[in-house]
Amino acid sequence: MQVLAAFIAGLVFAVGLAIGGMTDPNKVVSFLDIFGNWDPSLAFVMGGAILLYAPVYHYIVKKTRPLLHHTFHLPTSKDIDARLIAGGMLFGVGWGMGGFCPGPAIVSTATLRGDVLTFVGSMFAGMFAVYLYDRFRTTARESS
Amino acid sequence: MTEFTPIASSIGGLLIGLSAAMMLVLKGRIAGISGIIGGLPTAPAEERPWRVAFMAGLLGGGFLMFVLTPAQFGVQAPVGTAALVVAGLFVGVGTRIGSGCTSGHGVCGLSRLSPRSMVATALFMSFAAMTVFVIRHVL
Repeated sequence: MQVLAAFIAGLVFAVGLAIGGMTDPNKVVSFLDIFGNWDPSLAFVMGGAILLYAPVYHYIVKKTRPLLHHTFHLPTSKDIDARLIAGGMLFGVGWGMGGFCPGPAIVSTATLRGDVLTFVGSMFAGMFAVYLYDRFRTTARESS
Repeated sequence: MTEFTPIASSIGGLLIGLSAAMMLVLKGRIAGISGIIGGLPTAPAEERPWRVAFMAGLLGGGFLMFVLTPAQFGVQAPVGTAALVVAGLFVGVGTRIGSGCTSGHGVCGLSRLSPRSMVATALFMSFAAMTVFVIRHVL
């Protein structure tokens, strides 16, 4: 059940990204080009998503537990630390360069286009590098 | 310049919100793409199948939409291969050390009024806009 629910959620997410225009890197760059020929469309994607999600979150989380799981797994960290700030800036530069963020990039691999596959391969390498770095740091800390 | 599509973009946004709401109501999880996928190597074994299923759903939805409306995927990224490699690394590293991307911080985090997500979203939005400004109007 949980696996099926996650598959359907992923499917709906992908359809939403594509209908909304997030899967066209040139549309993303036009959205970010606020000092040029600005196309504000993608603000409606974020607006529409928040419009639906925010009331669900604020109503549901206070009331009950998830239907298919025993507990909520929500972020608890409150620190505005260097990692958050550096990560946000780095992600922003990469997003502006290529016009891809993680969701639309993965959805776009369906095109089997060279530019998408190049970006996604590189993105996975970056994610894996952080995993290796964190594991190395944890091991170093435990052994010292 | 691309065409202004407020209605299609709003519908797309509502679907993304619906998907994120499903993940919350059914699984109790944040629908953050970089977290769901980037968390795969460190997640306990029983947490892996749903992450893989979500990713399979993303790919399945991508194939479905590419067959139905290929124009939604544009033609080509606006930069060359070397820049795409750098962009991919920045997005991969940045979303992992920053604990989220457009979905986890931008949609879910802002909805939850999380201060961390507000800071992250303000940063990635402004740095993305500055990057596009430099590429399109300075270089």
